Amino acid sequence: MSTAAVHSLWTTAAEPISKIPTPKIEYGQLSPTLIVVGAAIVGVLVEAFVPRKSRYYAQVFVSAVALCAAFAAVVALAADGYGTTKAHIAAMGAIAVDGPSLFLQGTILLAGLVGLFTFAERRLDPEAHGNRVDSFAAQAASVPGSDSEQAAVKAGFTTTEVFPLLLFAIAGMLVFPSANDLLTLFVALEVFSLPLYLLCALARRKRLMSQEAAVKYFLLGAFASAFTLFGIALLYGYAGSVSYATIAQVVDGSVTSVDPALANTMGNDALLLIGAAMVVMGLLFKVGAVPFHMWTPDVYQGAPTPVTGFMAAATKVAAFGALLRLLYVVLPGMRWDWRPVMWGVAIITMLGGAIVAITQTDIKRLLAYSSIAHAGFILAGVIATSKDGVSSVLFYLAAYSFVTIGAFAVVTLVRDAGGEATHLSKWAGLGRRSPLVAAVFAVFLLAFAGIPLTSGFAGKFAVFKAAAEGGAVPLVVIGVISSAIAAFFYIRVIVLMFFSEPKPEGPTVAVPSPFTMAAIGVGVAVTLVLGVAPQYFLNLASQAGVFVR
Amino acid sequence: MENLIALLIAAPLLGAAVLLVGGRRLDAVGQWIGTLLSTTSFVFGVILFVDLLGRNTDDRTLIQHLYTWVPVAGFQADVTFRLDQLSMTFVLLITGVGSLIHLYSVGYMEHDERRRRFFGYLNLFLAAMLLLVLADNYLLLYVGWEGVGLASYLLIGFWQHKPSAATAAKKAFLVNRVGDMGLSIAIMLMFTTFGTFAFGPVLSHATDASEGRLTAIGLMLLLAACGKSAQVPLQSWLGDAMEGPTPVSALIHAATMVTAGVYLIVRSGAIFNAAPDAQLVVTVVGAVTLLFGAIVGCAKDDIKKALAGSTMSQIGYMVLAAGLGPIGYVFAIMHLVTHGFFKAGLFLGAGSVMHGMNDEVDMRRYGGLRKYMPVTFITFGLGYLAIIGFPGLSGFFSKDKIIEAAFAKGGTEGWILGTCALVGAAITAFYMTRVMLMTFFGEKRWQPDEHGHEPHPHESPKVMTIPMIVLAVGSVFAGGFFSIGDRFLHWLEPITGHSEGDSPISAGVVTGATMVCLIIGVGIAYLQYGRRPVPAVAPRGSLLTRAARRDLLQDDFNHVVLVRGGEHLTRSLVYVDHTLVDGVVNGTAAGFGGLSGRLRKLQNGYARSYAVSMFGGAALLVAATLLMRAV
Repeated sequence: MSTAAVHSLWTTAAEPISKIPTPKIEYGQLSPTLIVVGAAIVGVLVEAFVPRKSRYYAQVFVSAVALCAAFAAVVALAADGYGTTKAHIAAMGAIAVDGPSLFLQGTILLAGLVGLFTFAERRLDPEAHGNRVDSFAAQAASVPGSDSEQAAVKAGFTTTEVFPLLLFAIAGMLVFPSANDLLTLFVALEVFSLPLYLLCALARRKRLMSQEAAVKYFLLGAFASAFTLFGIALLYGYAGSVSYATIAQVVDGSVTSVDPALANTMGNDALLLIGAAMVVMGLLFKVGAVPFHMWTPDVYQGAPTPVTGFMAAATKVAAFGALLRLLYVVLPGMRWDWRPVMWGVAIITMLGGAIVAITQTDIKRLLAYSSIAHAGFILAGVIATSKDGVSSVLFYLAAYSFVTIGAFAVVTLVRDAGGEATHLSKWAGLGRRSPLVAAVFAVFLLAFAGIPLTSGFAGKFAVFKAAAEGGAVPLVVIGVISSAIAAFFYIRVIVLMFFSEPKPEGPTVAVPSPFTMAAIGVGVAVTLVLGVAPQYFLNLASQAGVFVR
Repeated sequence: MENLIALLIAAPLLGAAVLLVGGRRLDAVGQWIGTLLSTTSFVFGVILFVDLLGRNTDDRTLIQHLYTWVPVAGFQADVTFRLDQLSMTFVLLITGVGSLIHLYSVGYMEHDERRRRFFGYLNLFLAAMLLLVLADNYLLLYVGWEGVGLASYLLIGFWQHKPSAATAAKKAFLVNRVGDMGLSIAIMLMFTTFGTFAFGPVLSHATDASEGRLTAIGLMLLLAACGKSAQVPLQSWLGDAMEGPTPVSALIHAATMVTAGVYLIVRSGAIFNAAPDAQLVVTVVGAVTLLFGAIVGCAKDDIKKALAGSTMSQIGYMVLAAGLGPIGYVFAIMHLVTHGFFKAGLFLGAGSVMHGMNDEVDMRRYGGLRKYMPVTFITFGLGYLAIIGFPGLSGFFSKDKIIEAAFAKGGTEGWILGTCALVGAAITAFYMTRVMLMTFFGEKRWQPDEHGHEPHPHESPKVMTIPMIVLAVGSVFAGGFFSIGDRFLHWLEPITGHSEGDSPISAGVVTGATMVCLIIGVGIAYLQYGRRPVPAVAPRGSLLTRAARRDLLQDDFNHVVLVRGGEHLTRSLVYVDHTLVDGVVNGTAAGFGGLSGRLRKLQNGYARSYAVSMFGGAALLVAATLLMRAV
């Protein structure tokens, strides 16, 4: 460090403090996030002060109220025109309040609410020592199979911390797609990732597998975060700012100098390209695109099924929202660089997910690969780089998230002595034994496969249409081929359920509480409504499809 | 007012949903829910009818756009309803007769355990049929068309424990598929010709298309009509459909659904008017069927099957009239409505007789029932007089008009068609008198049923006789009411158009000839069945009688030509499929399966190798982005 620099440090400190501007925070516009964070903190206090017996009820109540209130806040903001005419950038440039933000926040909150229902289910497992138990470990810190675990189960402990953890994750997800600078993006990423790592480790049954999944997810997630952070540093070096708007201006050449200290690196394209690729890679990891998907099957299988359902739906919504904003707001000036690369990623993601799913024998792993293939389909819409592209992706995400939570909720119902019976062979003949459950699951599978009159068809149609209009016809052809491959394994499960002989020692279908019933019911209703009369929601997504810059 | 249209359909649809989803707790009240919602729909219909009557003649078309079903550039499918004089007529017939038959079924199905489901299906049928006649485009019409097909299938096979009912339902479904295929091809042709399938643009621009194209569309529509309306050559399912409960036969297989084909032809009048060849085929089909059905009706001993033959024959009249173009459209629909009354009444009467006779259907085991079931006898008798065209009753007015219109077609065709229609009238008089005499007159020929129970014929409860009485009133007065002052003609003319044609003989002569035919038919029947005792076992009979008993060999023909031929075709196709197609398909599937198995091995469970894959992916991503800039 030169003497001049040292000198300047001294003098900076001596300057009057009034130069730091007072931050102006629009609390009203940030209220959805603030409500959820506040409720999460209340949840922590509940853990500390409310007696053990009433904690479950208090937590479920606080979480449900908070999610409903936050959703109401989103609706109020949208009704007030913040999604269209009054869209702007709030919180000192950190958060964008616009159509995509509000649409995705609304979707995440509803998915979170339905996810909360599956978290709150306590009737599926038989009672242990007279206590109702949920899907989560009695005491997360006890070693699996140890005496202390036995004692915890006997004492009727439950990990009610899952509810505040869920709320913290949702709060991070709410910020993620609306983050308007790279640092907020990174903070949001970590805020929602860390609670998810923890939640993954909390399964009541097969605890070792669950903990292994969590550790894998954590290690690989940290690895991906490192890439993202390094990419952010490079982009800062390129543009001299972490603000989306400034970077975009530097990319398209309308601003050339921001900070004299960075004069050497400003505008260096190598920094831009490498940095952008690394930030995008971090987001592709979160959506589970090939080749950053390897964590998905292991984590989906190991995590407690309610967590899997919530994670599969909401993480995807949040991460695709962030990816859209990054590509459409920050990097539209270099779309000729990123579009071909994303083409490649979309193709291998669609094909890879669909092909590997064919040979899966575990229903949760099957759904994991299915979610990978779906990430590919959504990427096809992202690549369209048009307003239709944005709105089709928004619609797809909304449609997909409810199908996913519903499908995983059905998985929690099919059980045998060892807990959930996830091996496909055990699902044989389920349609004969429990026609209603099998029929509901068949509806979800048909929606995944994109059969008309389900939301999956409307979503896929919108995405492929946008992609084709954006000039990506070969991509659409490959997308349709992958859909055909994917249809094979979805239909195979339906055939297995309805046309195979039930096994004599097969699983039983547990009768759930109204919580899970509501989650599944919402899933079926949304699937059918979005499939039969999609127009209203397509219009809504279309209105919400404009980013504020 | 337009907004009421959707409610017409919504009411029975709600009923179907509630009854079919509601489960056992609705078992006790299900029949009343179904009847109530059907009647609700009827009340909406009446309100709309009064509204239409209050409007000017040229302002009687109401359009309700509900929502856009498939919004794609160049392919617009709307859920839009059109209520005009034609659809209004159908709405009143469907909901009116439908509600009466719901009420009747309350009594008829009283002891059936699955009656809630029965009423659910009936409501489902009403909703689909209303959708069919209220649709404003052919695609939506197709939805209703398939819907009534489904309801018909479910109701024919309602007593699914009887193998004969299950087979009959399957047969009806399969034969209807042929017709449905015709409708879907017609709709596709329309789309490629006109670029739309909404009634307005298609029908007003019909003359813009080439005649060949219009003939093709017309013939495909006719194929569809043949399937749904049981016209030759797709007639074979209707007789077997009588396996369904009798109220179903009355509502679906006599009064409403089977007339959908006539509706389709009249609605598409603009297309047929511009395609004379197609029209000629329509008249031929109508004429052949009206004789075919009448002959079959003469030979059947099963009361419901005799009536089914009669239905086929009467719809033949309607199709014939519809094929005559503007000369006949109005009379086709008028006969359709009067037929709806008297044929529904006849079926309900037959049901009432079966109800009193331990579900016996063989007329050779009836006889002398008039004393035991006076109300049934009188209402059935009035229906009988109406269908044979007894002067002053409904059938007299509507059928006479069709015969006149057939002659008015002019030329040799007119003579041939008119003669067929006259002969048909004579045969109708014969077979209906036969049914009447064998059932209500003569000796008692009652036999115990298979459980040894002696029949104790008794009059049916009020809930069944009231609908029969109402329908009998319609059978007596509807025709006169429609014809005096040409009321029906003026009502429907703005939609269908009308022309008088040029009849070579005067209307009076035609009426006189019809009367002569009527007397001949009744006379022969009286000599054969009224003067002589009816043998309890059917005599061997002439070659024609034996053929007619076998439905003029329709099933034998279908079996030899279609089933055998189809089997051969299938066998050769299966061979090609196994060797060629399966080779390719299985090869592809095995290829993907193998690929999948290999790719799966990459997922080895070690976090370290996942991280390597991510690192490699990131390196590729960066390299590819840089490369894109370089090129």
